[in-house]
Parts: sequence; structure tokens; C-alpha cells
Amino acid sequence: MATITRPEIVDDVLSDERLEEIWKDPPGFIGFLKTVDHKRIGIRYIYTAFVFFFASGLLALVMRLQLAGPNMGVLSPEAYNEFFTMHGTSMIFLFNTPVLAGFGNYLLPMQIGTRDMAFPRLNAFSYWVFVFAGIFLYASFLVGSPPNGGWFAYTPLTDRVYSAGQNLDFWGLAVVFIGISTTVGAVNFLVTTIKLRAPGMTLNRLPVFVWSMLVFSFMVVFSVPVVTTAAGLLELDRLFGTQFFVPALGGSTLLYQHLFWFWGHPEVYILFVPAQGMVSMIVPVFSRRALAGYVWVVASLVAIGFISFGVWVHHMFATGIPPLAISFFSAVGLVIAIPSGIQFFAWIATMWKGVVELTTPMLFALGFMLIFLLGGITGVMVSVLPFDWQVTDSYFVVAHFHYVLNGAVVFPIFGAVYYWMPKMIGRMLSERLGKASFWTMFVGFNLAFFPMHILGFLGMPRRVYTYQSGLGWDALNLLATIGAFVFAFGVLLSLVNFVWARWRGAPAPPNPWQADTLEWMTASPTPEYNFAQIPVVESRHPLWDQDPMPVSESGGDPETRALGREGAARKETPLTSGMRAEPAGAMTVPEPTYLPFVLALGIAVLVAGLLVQAVLIGVLGLVLGAVGLVRWTWRTAETP
Amino acid sequence: MSRHRRVLGVAGVFAATVALAGCGGASMLDPKGSEARHIAGAWWVMFGLAMFVYVVVAVFIVGAVLRGRRRRRPEGSGISDGAFVWVGGIIVPALILFVIAVVTVDTTAALRKPDRRALRVDVRGQDWWWEVRYPGTGIRTANELHLPVGRPIEVRLTSDNVIHSFWVPQIGGKVDVIPGQPNYFRFTIEKAGLYRGVCAEFCGVQHANMAFYVRAESPGLFDRWEAAHAQPPSEPADELAAQGALVFQRVACAGCHTVRGTQAVGTKGPDLTDVGSRHALAAGTLENSAASLRRWIADPQHYKPGALMPQVPLSGDDLTKIVAYLTSLK
Repeated sequence: MATITRPEIVDDVLSDERLEEIWKDPPGFIGFLKTVDHKRIGIRYIYTAFVFFFASGLLALVMRLQLAGPNMGVLSPEAYNEFFTMHGTSMIFLFNTPVLAGFGNYLLPMQIGTRDMAFPRLNAFSYWVFVFAGIFLYASFLVGSPPNGGWFAYTPLTDRVYSAGQNLDFWGLAVVFIGISTTVGAVNFLVTTIKLRAPGMTLNRLPVFVWSMLVFSFMVVFSVPVVTTAAGLLELDRLFGTQFFVPALGGSTLLYQHLFWFWGHPEVYILFVPAQGMVSMIVPVFSRRALAGYVWVVASLVAIGFISFGVWVHHMFATGIPPLAISFFSAVGLVIAIPSGIQFFAWIATMWKGVVELTTPMLFALGFMLIFLLGGITGVMVSVLPFDWQVTDSYFVVAHFHYVLNGAVVFPIFGAVYYWMPKMIGRMLSERLGKASFWTMFVGFNLAFFPMHILGFLGMPRRVYTYQSGLGWDALNLLATIGAFVFAFGVLLSLVNFVWARWRGAPAPPNPWQADTLEWMTASPTPEYNFAQIPVVESRHPLWDQDPMPVSESGGDPETRALGREGAARKETPLTSGMRAEPAGAMTVPEPTYLPFVLALGIAVLVAGLLVQAVLIGVLGLVLGAVGLVRWTWRTAETP
Repeated sequence: MSRHRRVLGVAGVFAATVALAGCGGASMLDPKGSEARHIAGAWWVMFGLAMFVYVVVAVFIVGAVLRGRRRRRPEGSGISDGAFVWVGGIIVPALILFVIAVVTVDTTAALRKPDRRALRVDVRGQDWWWEVRYPGTGIRTANELHLPVGRPIEVRLTSDNVIHSFWVPQIGGKVDVIPGQPNYFRFTIEKAGLYRGVCAEFCGVQHANMAFYVRAESPGLFDRWEAAHAQPPSEPADELAAQGALVFQRVACAGCHTVRGTQAVGTKGPDLTDVGSRHALAAGTLENSAASLRRWIADPQHYKPGALMPQVPLSGDDLTKIVAYLTSLK
């Protein structure tokens, strides 16, 4: 074990400024392309994801205008179908998943007390793949053929016969493409969490957010390859004339649905588990006490991870699968409510005996609870087989999944922005504007989505570009449209708040919220090397229980050489043992490099070649990717 | 209305909105068929439980915040964290979910059971309309199902194109219409009336305009309808309509549409043998009147952009004749 010293002893030679020099990226655009710093990548993930959030949000606003009244002519039927497909696809693939990966990227290494991710170059690679996939998908607007088959792209509507254009190829290839990003990102989180924790950061002391990212990553690794398979087979059908999903030729369209939802249902929880993890970080800090029932909460997250893999047929209740088989999935759908119930009462207990402070992050966490409560209840309802027959594919389901995916995921993400942005940008956001934004979003959200439950009861199916008057749908749709714009205004207030804070915000102290976890130990914004000396963790709430916070020194042996300033000066970060986090070695953090960018670009060119079916472009992409890959492995062999 | 009143009393604002709107529209909570009635029953049980859960948990959340705001330092004693988690998070939810599981099994067991006496109707999902056949009678129609009240019914659903979904909220839940896999929807209608149905699975550019109607009649009326329509329609009596029939044969119409007993035997578009008696045109896109039929034939792409029916160039005179002919087909 490393010797423990107090932080005020600073070696002159290895001063913070010196370490900053060693860890810094090259300046300007070159540094932008070459960086492998998890913090830059994490922030960039978040910003990029928000760009897609605003883009797909705007699509939604135009759709709401089209539905504001019966027989409106804002959008043609083709355009409406393209808009809802792109809205769903980009919210799921280009906003929700990557924004959580972004927070994970920034926060996970900080919360476990290390200097970077386990595979920093892979990390840069997954960002570049994500951004190329996003650009690829949105480029479909430029050539006038955005995907139009709905975000789950059911065959045979999406096969060559019924969707002849390139629209669905953009979709299928983008899904395969971004699956690479999500999967390698998850592998990175897994290895980082298991191997790079600071000494003493046992599993039992992991912050709940880190647990949630661990569950997120396991779920991604087991489910995303399945949707990649589904989209990949669909593209084989479309581009190369195979018949996996063509019923007339012996293929099975239900096979596609099984494959899609085997990922699609866990995906809901993939998004939702880190959001719950964020809430479990925010609520205790603003209740000034430890989270009640830590072990229960962690067990709930893990349980959700497992159970969510048994729910996929939930989406196929009306496909004619025999009731006995379906009843199993109905039962599993009910059971998954229990872990969420546990978390609810853990948060309630935390506040009940704590000292509650209604800051903006806390308001978003509370708004999340009130919204998710309803989304969870309607979730139980749709797992009731016969009731689902009535409401599936109706606006009731549209309401339900927006309560879950917008309310229960986006609200915690906004809470997280207000909570962690001071650490990331070194500036405080305005509390006043933040609270105004919260209330506007909360009111707008309920105004927009609550009436949709009733529209479902009244028989309004989802994905209709228009409707006739006289069906009792007009007033409720108008209300929903008004709500959507109120919600959007609330989002705009937060955007203004953020831009203002970056420009003129008050400088953020290291720990503005008096929080308990390690990311608040460092200056704001975090220095390049995160921790000059790796902290020594002795509690689940290090910053509350350990004052001053003990940090470690580099020892002479390989196990401890990376712990202190000498390690930081060599760009090393310590490896520790999987269970008990005892020092076990050193890992060298790679230098900034173009390789991830080149490899991702190669794949992007390959995908573009597949889209236009040009062999030459495809080969060019393969060569570019191969160069990146070969050079990459070569360099790894050189490092000590 | 008395049942509606009771409902209002029990369920408050939410139910009021649904039930009132349901009077005008087609609410699944205003059931007219066996399946919809069972499901509405299950809904009211779940709704009661949901209200209870929402109010109790929300009161706890708000209560916890208010308690927590008053204090200066965290409380050491009082209800233990474990008690919250066990009672609120595990025991109570498990009991409620058990009740819901029983309701689920109980409701499911009562529904969609095969019955050998059932009246069989074949429905095929098309792009973007519904083809309806009554096996053994030769009756073919479109976008409208005539069904008897009180008799078990079995609708056989097939598609040779994409996936659709058959949904009449006041009669029952959805059944997907899947190519390569016939599905069956079995139910009984409990009250005569006209019920609107829609396609509920996204099926392409005109998914929004793929509605249909169920005309539920007393068994006597139904039998009479069935007997009458088993025969091809008689020659048009009206002079204008008779001329319309000739135009209909001559121009493109007959290539895609069938009128039984005539030389029009096209199958790409809906059978028009009884189009004059239907509630709506173009799968719920327009009300059925001579005026809207005229507008529809003159420019189908205006009302249903992307539909497979082309605009056929017709003189105003020919149009008038065709409309007279088609409206005479009852």
C-alpha cells in the first residue's frame, strides 16, 4: 500500500503547472482532432448530443404544428413520416444514449479517482464514430431522402419493395454504424470501472452513478449487437437481395421484431438506469445526508439490468403470439416495477430525514419523480396483456413512453447539467433562470403529454400525419401542441442560461454543492491530469467523511509507482485489483493521436460507399480503416 | 347516461374528460363489444389502484420535501430507512402487482376464444384500405364490416403487403395483420351501432387515412343484408346512372375496381359493389355523399396524397354520370 501524505506537500519540480504541461493537448484544431482526454471527449459528447436534441426537438415542434388541428397542411404526409422517424431515431440513438455516455465519460473516471479511461484512444474513437453516424443520418435531409419507416423500421414496409429509395439505407447503416460506438464505449466503461479505481474504492463504496454506468454497459454489451444484427440483416436484404425478412420468400417479419425489441426494450432501461443513477447522486447531496438504502438501490439497478432482458415481447402483444407464451412476458413486465418502487422509497427516505435544499438540480430530480411515477404506473398498465391490446400503437403509448423517455430521462439529464456543468466549465449557472426553466419545462411537459393518454382512449393511433374533425381529438391535440411549445421555451431558457454562464457566469469553486464524491475534490474546471496524487478512499462519502482528503505518493515498486506526482508526470494512472481496489500496477495514458479519427473516418467512408453502392468508395474506406487499425496496434506494442 | 354519471363520480376529472369525449367519439371506455367491455373493466380496477399509488407516493415525496425543508440537520431517529424501502418499495407494490396479475389472467382468459359457431369474415389489409369478404356468400366489400349483434364473430386477418393492425376501440383491442401469418380476432358485439376502426400499425404514406367502419345490426337485419348482397346488384334504373355504368366500363375505373355482375373485375382497388351504402369514402378520408365522391374521383391525390388511385382525366359530364352510377350502388 502506498504511503499516505497530506496534499499540502508539493514537490517543486512536479508542480501542478508542470503536470499541466505534460498532460496538455496540442493547441487549436490539431488538439481538437487528436485529443484522448476523457473530459474533453465527455463534454464534446454532451454538446454534440444536445445539438441532436435540439434538431430532433425542432422536428417534434413542426409535427405538433401539423397536429394542432384536423386536416392541417403544415407538412406533407411524406415529410411527416420522415420527421417522426428522424425524431425518434435521433432522440434515442443520437441524444439519449450518447449524452449519458458523455456524462459517464467525464464523471466516471473522476468519481472512481483515476486520470483517464482504460482505453483513451478507443474513447476518442467511439466519439468520432458517434459524430460521423449522426452527420451521416442527418445528411439524408440534404439529399432529400430521410428515413421514413418509423424508428423501429418494421419489415416488410422497410424492405426494397415498399421502400425503394435510400431513405431506409440511411437508417439501417446509421444504426449499424452507431452501434459500434455504443458498444466499444460500454466495454471501455466496464474495464475502467473494474481496473482503474482509486485505492480503497471498493465495489461497496462506488458512487451510485458509477454503478448505474456499470449496469448500462453490461446491458449495452449484451443488447446492442442484437439491434446491429437486425439492422445489418435488413441492409443485407436491401442492398444484397437476401431474404431474411421477406415473408413471401420464406423470411420472417416477426424475426425482425424479436431481434429489434430484444435490444429495444432493454434500451429503455439502458437510458433510464443512468438517469436514476444521476438522481441518486443529486438527492442525497441536497438532502445533506447519505442515500438511504444504498445496497437496495444498487441491487435494484442490477435487477433492472437482468429483468429488462425478459420483457421484449411486451412490444409484440398484438402480433398473434399465443396468450400462454405472452403471459410470461406480461408477468415479467409487472415484476420490473418492484426495483423502481424500491428506489422511489429510498429517495423519499433520504429526503424525509434529510435537510432538503431546493436548488435547480434538486427541482429537476423532484420533477423527474412526479413524472416518472406516472410513466411507471402506465408502464405497469401496458404490461397487462388485454389492456395493451387496446392501447398499443395508440397515443396512450406515445404519452407513456414520453413520460418515461422524456420525463424520466431528460429531466435527470437537465438536473445533471445544472449539477455538474460548474465542474466541467468552471462557471456557475444561474439558479434563478434554472428554476424558471424547470417550472416552464415541467408545466409544458405535462400539458403536452398528459392529454395524449386520453387521445389514446379515444382511438387516435400513433404516426398519423392528420386526422378528421368530429372525433373528439381536436381540443386535446391543440393543448398538446401548446404544451410542446411551452416545454420548448423552458428548454430555451436553459440554453440561454448555459450560454450566459459560459460567457459571464460566476467562477465555480471546487465543490459548490458540498457534495461527497471525488469529482468535487479537484479545481473547477478539472485540471488535465484530474488528480496529481490519487486519493485514498476510506468511505462511501470520501469528501464528507475524510477531511482533509488523504492522497497517495508514488512508491518505487510497479504496483504503486503511478499513484503520486511522479506517476502523473509519466502520464500514468494506477491499476487496482477488481474487488478490493488494492494497487496492482500502472497504465500509461496514450499521447494525443489522429488514429481514432482516421479509423472512424475510414468506417464512415465505408458506410457511405455501401449507401451509394460504390465499390471504390467502400474499398477506400476499408483501406483508410485498415491503416488506422494497423498503425494503432503497432503503437500499442511500442509502449512500455 | 346513468352509467356515465357513476363513472364521473368515481373517477374525477380524468375520467370525466374521457367519458364525455367518448360520447362524441369512439372511446374504448364506452365499450360496445365483449372484449372492449372486459378491458374497460380491467382499466377501472387499474385506474383506482393507480390513483391510490400516485396520490400516496406523491404525498410522500412532497411531504418528505416539506419536512426536509424545515430542518437544520439530518434526523437520526424516526422511521428507519429500511422501513421505507420494505413497506413502500417492496411489500405494498408487490400486493398491488399481485392484484393486477390476477386481473390480467382473469381478463385474458375470457377473451378471443375460438367458437365453432362463429360467423367468419375475412379481412385483408391493403395499401391503404381494407378488403372484406364473407366466405361462402360471394359478398365482397371494402372499408366496412356488417356484423350481427350477439353472435360470436371471427375475423380472419391477412395481408400480402406490409403489416397493418385492425383496431375498433369500442369493440376490442388490436390484432396485427401480418404477411405470411393469418391472425384471428374473436369477439361478440353487444350493441347495434356504427363503430369506427383504424389501422394502428404504421404502414406507409397513407397510414393516417386507413379507417373503416363496423356496422353492427340485429341478427335479423344482418341476415337480410347478407341475403340481399349475396346477389349482384340489379341494373341501374336511373338513366344517368345507366350511362355512368358504361363510362365506368370504358375508362380506367374497371381496371382496378370490381362491381359484381358487371365486366368491372379489377382487384387493385376496393370492390365498389355497394359503395353507395357505405358510411365513408376512401377508407374514412371523406364522408360519403355525391358531392364528395365527385371531388374524390376528380382529384384523389389531393385528399389522399400518395394513394394508389391515379387521377383519371374525365369530362365534367362523364364525372356526373359516374357519380350517379356509383351512388346508386347500394
